[in-house]
Amino acid sequence: MSSTIFILLRQELLLSLLIFLLLFIKIGKERSNESILNIINVLLFINLAAGLFGSSEGGAFNGMFTTNAFIVLEKNILNLAMLLISMQSYAWLKSHKQLAEFYLLLFTSLLGMFFMISSGNLLMFYLGLEMSTIPLAAAANFDLAKRKSSEAAMKLIISSAFSSGILLMGISFLYGTSGTLSFDILTAHISNNPMQLFGFLLLVSGFAFKISAVPFHLWTADVYEGSPVAVTAFLSVVSKAAVLFTFTSILYKVFTPIATVWYGVLVVLSVATILIGNLFALRQDNFKRFLAFSSIAQVGFILIGISGSSQTGSASLVYFVLIYVFSNLAAFGVVSVVSALTGKENISDFKGFYKTNPFLSWVLTIALFSLAGVPPTAGFFGKLFLMMAGAAKENYGLITFAALNMVISFYYYLKVVKAVFMDENEQPIQKLSIPVITKFAMYICIAGIIITGLASMVYDYIYSLSIGM
Amino acid sequence: MNEIPLTHILFVSTALFFIGMYGLFTRRNIITMLMSIELMLNSVNINFVAFNKYLFPDKLDGLFFSLFIITIAAAEAAVAIAIIINLYRSHQSIDVDDATEMKF
Repeated sequence: MSSTIFILLRQELLLSLLIFLLLFIKIGKERSNESILNIINVLLFINLAAGLFGSSEGGAFNGMFTTNAFIVLEKNILNLAMLLISMQSYAWLKSHKQLAEFYLLLFTSLLGMFFMISSGNLLMFYLGLEMSTIPLAAAANFDLAKRKSSEAAMKLIISSAFSSGILLMGISFLYGTSGTLSFDILTAHISNNPMQLFGFLLLVSGFAFKISAVPFHLWTADVYEGSPVAVTAFLSVVSKAAVLFTFTSILYKVFTPIATVWYGVLVVLSVATILIGNLFALRQDNFKRFLAFSSIAQVGFILIGISGSSQTGSASLVYFVLIYVFSNLAAFGVVSVVSALTGKENISDFKGFYKTNPFLSWVLTIALFSLAGVPPTAGFFGKLFLMMAGAAKENYGLITFAALNMVISFYYYLKVVKAVFMDENEQPIQKLSIPVITKFAMYICIAGIIITGLASMVYDYIYSLSIGM
Repeated sequence: MNEIPLTHILFVSTALFFIGMYGLFTRRNIITMLMSIELMLNSVNINFVAFNKYLFPDKLDGLFFSLFIITIAAAEAAVAIAIIINLYRSHQSIDVDDATEMKF
């Protein structure tokens, strides 16, 4: 009995072990930053590799914690993203004094996300959510001396506390109408009861805050701009992916009886999210702000896929998130290197970038093509499957709208490519020497962008594991 | 003596929730905004305890939930205040109107 708990919780336990190892590294003998970074990257690689072997199915702690092969896969994707972020922020962290604390915060946040994804109970879900957001607010403030960084952290903690207040109000109404917090029992009590619908709407708005869907997106751009690039990458990829996974599984598992209600909610949210995300991305000059609005627009497309409410829906979500990890982190990797070595973060600074840094320019271009969804890259297939999942509801107006917005998104993605390759600049960014490990991470991202799109077994594998409604 | 009906308590907690929301939107001092958020969280606590007492007296889920909310609110306030102290160091103010470097 006791050994099964170790097997079920093995990813969480391994991550906790890493946190303790970090504490020992911190209080142990003085080491150079390079050696600590190498140790951490090796540990993260072991963490990722250990997660890939075998999967277990079952529950622990009286149904509080559940896991299956699909959830293990989702956690592996998050582990992969964490490893890539760590490899890419090498240049920035090499000269940072509080290196160990940075990883402590991110690992704690990741652990919270793991518990959130495999929660089987509203209490466990809330604890996981808070465990993942509170350390992130501290991490957003990691450039202690920068004014923008503290402003970003203030905005993040206030808006996330507000959103969790709304979410809790929703949970309390759900509890009041059903008398249970467990997902399995809750499903049987869900009906069109007005109080329950109100609670459900509050719960959805709490979620929408975390994934920055449109009426609740206002914090996103400011927080992304002010935080250090590594934290921005974590916020836009890992944190968003974890909440999307949880959102989907709660919608599909718990709120099945009111599927027509949440289909309407998702349609409204996705239309607003795609439109506003695209229109605001058009006018940005700061690269991180630009990627923030582009990620808002991507969430809109993901919501269309989720609204399909079928096995294709959850499979296409995970497939798209995997591609999104590769393409967004490739873009963030380039921004991270440039920002760490030169301090420049504006798109206008990237003019003439190709003349001095051809490798980084190609990485950035492939990543942006994938985000825009140009066919040979994986981003196209990801969006295709999301649209296919959404089209199952036969709401073709919505799909047409999304397809038209994909065309709009081409404009701003290709504008950056034009600035990099064609625009003249008298003082382009000088030739940068990229750390080997960062270069390796970029190769992984590029390989991922190309292979996940072309190798059909990736999607088939995800589809075989995924569970519909 | 008649018992206070559940609806009265729900009215109080909902009013408290929206008072907190109103305070968050109108106040400009970050510490006061934090207090408003605590108000919202406490209204949820009232909700949980009232539901537990009136509707499901044989269960403990609601009581446990409110205990966890109190704990997490404390943790959240600790991190928020640390951030506010750092904001004060860089901006010499804890007014949100002074922290407007990033817009649109």
